[in-house]
Amino acid sequence: MIDFGFSVSPSSRINLDNADKEKFARLAIAEPDVLKCMACGSCTASCTAGAFEDTSLRRAILSLQNGLSDDASKLLSHCMLCGKCTMVCPRGINTRHLILSIQKIYSL
Amino acid sequence: MIHLLSATVHQITPEGIIDRYPNSYNHFVLPFVIGITFILIYLFIGLIRILYHLSGEDRIKLLKSLFNPKTAWKNIKDIFCDCLLHTKIWKRKPLLGYMHSAIAFGWFLLIVVGHIEVWLFAPRHLSGLTEGSLYYPIFYRFFIWINPAHETLRGSVFFFIMDFLLLYVLSGIGLAMFKRVRSIALGMRHTTKPSLADRIALYCLWLIFPLRLLAEGFTADLSGGGFLTRPLNWVFRAFFGNELNFLPTWWAYSICLGLFFIAMPFSRYMHILTEPLLILFRNAGLKVRHPRKGFAEAEIYACSSCGLCLDACPMNAQKKNLKYSSVYFIRFLRRHNKKKTKEIAEKCLMCGKCYALCPVGVNSPAIRRAIRETQNNSINCNYSYLDTYAGKAAEVLSDKTRGKILYFAGCMSHLTPKIIKSMETILQASGQEYEFMDRNEGICCGRPLMLAGRTDAARKTIEANTKIIKDSGCTILLLSCPICLKIFKEEYSLKGIEVIHYTQFIDRLIKEGKLKVSKSSSAIVYHDPCELGRGCGIYEEPRNVLRAVAELKKASKEKDESICCGYSLGTLTLDEKDKAKIAESSVSSLMAEDPEEIVTACPMCYRAIRSKAEVPVKDFAEIVCERIENNDKN
Ligand code: SF4
Ligand code: SF4
Ligand code: SF4
Ligand code: SF4
Repeated sequence: MIDFGFSVSPSSRINLDNADKEKFARLAIAEPDVLKCMACGSCTASCTAGAFEDTSLRRAILSLQNGLSDDASKLLSHCMLCGKCTMVCPRGINTRHLILSIQKIYSL
Repeated sequence: MIHLLSATVHQITPEGIIDRYPNSYNHFVLPFVIGITFILIYLFIGLIRILYHLSGEDRIKLLKSLFNPKTAWKNIKDIFCDCLLHTKIWKRKPLLGYMHSAIAFGWFLLIVVGHIEVWLFAPRHLSGLTEGSLYYPIFYRFFIWINPAHETLRGSVFFFIMDFLLLYVLSGIGLAMFKRVRSIALGMRHTTKPSLADRIALYCLWLIFPLRLLAEGFTADLSGGGFLTRPLNWVFRAFFGNELNFLPTWWAYSICLGLFFIAMPFSRYMHILTEPLLILFRNAGLKVRHPRKGFAEAEIYACSSCGLCLDACPMNAQKKNLKYSSVYFIRFLRRHNKKKTKEIAEKCLMCGKCYALCPVGVNSPAIRRAIRETQNNSINCNYSYLDTYAGKAAEVLSDKTRGKILYFAGCMSHLTPKIIKSMETILQASGQEYEFMDRNEGICCGRPLMLAGRTDAARKTIEANTKIIKDSGCTILLLSCPICLKIFKEEYSLKGIEVIHYTQFIDRLIKEGKLKVSKSSSAIVYHDPCELGRGCGIYEEPRNVLRAVAELKKASKEKDESICCGYSLGTLTLDEKDKAKIAESSVSSLMAEDPEEIVTACPMCYRAIRSKAEVPVKDFAEIVCERIENNDKN
């Protein structure tokens, strides 16, 4: 391909038909806290693994809601379950169990 | 008197004892014989099964430990103290301890002394499997007739001992009945709900000894008796006249014994026979590897369902969470209820209090972790970044750290920068040379992964940290988080490096005169973090230091009874509301003597307690830092 010095970014449109609603429902039963996230980003800001790799619980939850479960799994695959995010989450979300549940239900 | 004695000595001959039944058999012994045969076969098969499920390595360990004089002696001592005398219960609740030891030790002595009696007076009934050796010593009094004129001093001594022991056991049984009705009286708030087999075995156990008293009372004029059975015999004779009434009571006694043995494997009373096995396993250093088989099976059957773990568990701050206590967990494990055991295993805070207070020493947190491992160990993770990080960090530290202290703050301390700042001030004021392992970035110690059952993932972080620490050449690894301390002590192999918690380290600095502190008059209380206290056995060092800086008050539950702050990383599914309730109960225990400040030595506890306490909460390093007297304090 000829390099024009710029490129067209891929479409960011989300096709919600691809979302696995059944899996998300299972997740919401395993850890109902997933519905409480307000995407404040405190978890990502304090994340231990985040210092090394792209790790973000906030974005993982958003990705799941948008049907991008592979992105979510990737964003959590570096997590060390250290629990810092649980301590800082203003909604009192049980983040460690949420992460474990996502990893189990959406295992690649 | 002398004359009398010499007369009796003259008559000590087994001939004074006459078999009332020529072949020493009566149909009433059958229920007992069936029961005891069943339980012996069951025990044999169970033992083989447990040994079969141990790993080969564990079996060799066990075998070696049995022949090691030190562990062999410990085995004997532990079996005697824990299974018979129940010293652990004595220490905490004397009346309950008396009850258990009366039943266990009393019964044991009855059996032993009974056999000695038979061995002395009718030895042929003990030889081999002939002439009723299985049942004869138990029903000895039924089968003999002693000519009252020939009664010997030796015989009377045995009558007295046996009656005394029976009274001892009966006093225990009486307390047990009373406990069923009013558990509070014996110092327990909650008792367990018994299952059907438990009930059958329990009522049999209650009946065995009163029936024995009745049966021996009825025969006391023929077989002789002591201070209990003989007066009873006079009373019976006055009321019933015909002494042949006694056969039904011997039947009842035998049936109760038989039924008890048959119900035993399905009831809590299996602990009587399993506990010695568990002691052997534990002293051999075996660990839980499978949540249900091998060692875990021994733990499960050794649980006596005593229910002491109900009051112990911090989750019982709410009554609805009583069902997550160890005693019910173990009951579900016994019944192979996978769904329930998984649910309970994930709830637990892993605070270790039930294990610490369990009179049998059932390590149920270890079984819970094993269950989590079956659930979570297979989760995929991508930890390739750990190696890169470890390589870089090791390079940075390797030259400048040789021979120094390496301070590892850990994830949680980084959420409470106050702790790190205070630690650095203390290190500098006392002139210590140190390097900071995770000042800017660091990885987790692995304990949270381990607690979640992700053993393989935890091993990877352990490996990375080990590389950094070993390459640094440090001599002391200083930690400010008890969660880290626990895994560094348990799972890391750091030969030649001392792993030390800051409470121990500061205590040492003060003792060596390197750190001078002043004492204030403010009243403080210390909260024992689970991982530091029960986890690593560190109770005194923090208290030594705190006594040097303030007036130390007591909490209503402290040291190994300390109540978890509720925010432990051990739990997987406990929700925020439940955690908050536990934190409240922890704080209310701390406030027992109205302290002005609460001090703790764990960043996790610090945040949890601060959210609920109405008085200021300080970290251990922080309060020490405030009282430093060294001149070069900066
Ligand atoms: S538990 Fe995982 S996601 Fe949360 S802060 Fe720790 S490493 Fe990050
Ligand atoms: S801190 Fe809690 S509420 Fe905020 S983004 Fe993370 S999970 Fe959501
Ligand atoms: S686990 Fe221990 S404390 Fe709990 S019921 Fe069993 S024996 Fe008693
Ligand atoms: S470890 Fe703690 S929370 Fe878990 S059952 Fe035992 S006492 Fe309860």
